[in-house]
Amino acid sequence: MDLNFTPEEEIFRNEVRTFLADKLPARLSDKVANGKHLSKADMQEWHAILNTRGWLANHWPVAYGGPGWSAVEKFIFEHECCLASAPRIVPFGVNMLGPVLIKFGNETQKRHWLPRILDGSDWWCQGYSETGAGSDLAAVSTTALRGHDAQGDHYIVNGQKAWTTLGQHANMIFCLVRTNREAKKQEGISFLLIDMTTPGVEVRPVITLDGVHEVNEVFFTDVRVPAENLVGEEDKGWTCAKYLLTYERTNIAGVGLSVAALQRLKRIAAQQMRNGRPLAEDPSFAARMARVEIDLENMKTTNLRMIAAVVGGGVPGAESSMLKIRGTQIRQEISSLNRRAMGPYARPFITEALEDDYTGMQVGPEAAASAAALYFNNRKLSIFGGSNEIQKNIISKMILGL
Amino acid sequence: MNFEHTEERRMLADSLNRFIAEQYSFEARDRIAQSAHGFSPEIWQQFAELGVIGALFRETDGGFGGAGFDIAVVFEALGRGLVVEPLLGSAVLAGEAIAAAGNDAQKAVLADIIGGTTIAAFAHDEPDTHYELARVLTRAERSANGWVLNGAKAVVLQGERADLFVVSARTAGAVGDEAGISLFLVSSKAPGLVVRGCPTIDGGRVAELSLNGVALDPGALLGVEGQGLAALERAIGRGVLALCAEALGAMEVAKAATLDYLRTRKQFGVFIGSFQALQHRMADLLLEIEQARSAVINAAAALDDADRLTRERALSAAKVSIGRIGALVAEESIQMHGGIGMTWELPLAHYAKRLIMIDHQLGDEDHHLQRFIALGRQTAA
Repeated sequence: MDLNFTPEEEIFRNEVRTFLADKLPARLSDKVANGKHLSKADMQEWHAILNTRGWLANHWPVAYGGPGWSAVEKFIFEHECCLASAPRIVPFGVNMLGPVLIKFGNETQKRHWLPRILDGSDWWCQGYSETGAGSDLAAVSTTALRGHDAQGDHYIVNGQKAWTTLGQHANMIFCLVRTNREAKKQEGISFLLIDMTTPGVEVRPVITLDGVHEVNEVFFTDVRVPAENLVGEEDKGWTCAKYLLTYERTNIAGVGLSVAALQRLKRIAAQQMRNGRPLAEDPSFAARMARVEIDLENMKTTNLRMIAAVVGGGVPGAESSMLKIRGTQIRQEISSLNRRAMGPYARPFITEALEDDYTGMQVGPEAAASAAALYFNNRKLSIFGGSNEIQKNIISKMILGL
Repeated sequence: MNFEHTEERRMLADSLNRFIAEQYSFEARDRIAQSAHGFSPEIWQQFAELGVIGALFRETDGGFGGAGFDIAVVFEALGRGLVVEPLLGSAVLAGEAIAAAGNDAQKAVLADIIGGTTIAAFAHDEPDTHYELARVLTRAERSANGWVLNGAKAVVLQGERADLFVVSARTAGAVGDEAGISLFLVSSKAPGLVVRGCPTIDGGRVAELSLNGVALDPGALLGVEGQGLAALERAIGRGVLALCAEALGAMEVAKAATLDYLRTRKQFGVFIGSFQALQHRMADLLLEIEQARSAVINAAAALDDADRLTRERALSAAKVSIGRIGALVAEESIQMHGGIGMTWELPLAHYAKRLIMIDHQLGDEDHHLQRFIALGRQTAA
């Protein structure tokens, strides 16, 4: 066994580091490091920088503008970006829809939509979940009825999507819609691309418990969608959905995010005092911090083992469920400790303090402003992308054979 | 990056697993573990002939392995069979102490240890040590003819059958001082040495040692006087890795047995594996065992690292992980087996006992967590 990266991978790592040092604006990394809110312009700026280098769509094949990285290189890139406090790539167009179009889309669709993802012409959001279809995704009930009139083949869409992340910025949404009520649950679903400026589409903000507008509800009332926006075959959308979810889970462990968060936590614990001593020397706090560090080191190796097992650029199977569960547990524990490190200063809640232009009063240490909000925001980690309980069902069925 | 074992190690693991499957059935193991010696001299000889003992030593010490992954491969297989023969005490702990600190004359005994004809034992822990490495009360004083040892040693692996002991004793300093600890080679026949054996709950036997004016010649001093701690740490570090790998092997067997039970045991007219409450607990176990495997890999990779803090932190991290996960696997396996899990006749119960008791050897979860934190402060400083 050899846990080291190869010399070629080390060269690649240095290339990524140099790129980040040169091209990542300090304004953006400061915001990420301090848990401040990123605007749409911030996210677009980072996408454009990555796209200029050809590194934005790093899951795509070379033929479509991807860099042709191995799974290890993708891991290294992700890891280094996290350590440098780079904004995360907004995944909906780049990491989710892109691979689906490449695999299931027709030539016209690929030629039209893929370049627009890369250059930022479209901002995509995901229309999967519904109020009645969360982790049980096959229960979607938004309907799309096929019709034909003077303007051509089309679908009429009616229904409601939930938890549409960053949908307020989006002009396009990819949706799972029910095109056949008679078929079995998973066999009457289609994968449809919908222009959000079409009449009948309404986006309503949902403010989460941390006071943030990140997710939305999207309503469809008699929305007319050209039939050419169907991806893959009608009623076979579940295949696209499953394929997309495997991409959603490839980097689900979030090792880099945890490593970066733990580094920040250690700095904070060295500065915050308890009984006149740094919090890092408090036995119970130090013990919890050490435990999560040990779990994280194990997790990193588990993740690399799974990457090594994925030969030829395939995607991981049910093993990614293990990464999802443990990775989210670790991230949640670090954000718990971060909140606890602030003591009573975790309570003051000044949402404006997380914006760029805030000049008002600081209450407590600088890192206190975001500590509790991030902790509450991170409760989502064990819920979205298939709750951790659903992941255990997958492990139980696919790996344990129960 | 490569997570495959070398061809040689795979072959070693294969032959050892085959030997254990054929010669070390649970019934045979139970008989051996409860026997008067606490292990089988015949099986021990076969381990020597198979080269299993030699695989734990470096070539420069007369073996043909000795790297972290050699230890990991051997002990994972031993854990699968709940093997009680003295590989940890004689080869890893006492053997490494002699290899690390001994002069040429003293290291001559390594050939007999590797050949299985001499059994060595590692006598370091004392009645109130509670895993603290430098807490040595046993004293060695210079005499006209060499040294005289007085003190007591606790829970020494296979101490009754040992021909030779590596004994730590204080030649200077106060209890707890890192300097002033010396190592000695003591024959089991030395006058004044009293060895009292007893069985353990997880199979095999250990011994309590009394040293009452044990007279040693000058050649018994192992390494430099007063500087024995580094060799102790090296030996114990290798022992920690061995125990972690052994636990991993035992966890894999416990997992397989429990999974098998969930698939075959019926209650309320259905297989109990169809209950989501049990499915989720089993999924947790699988996930934790994969984390334990990663911890063992990290420790094995770090064992040969020249940087002490990197090495020792990875070893302590692994022992913390194994302590926590071992207890989880043991307790959950018994729980999911229900009443039958409480019986001696069920092999699973013995795997559970071994998993729990591994936490009581060479430092438990709490000890290594504190050590991991302390080593981390040294790294930061």
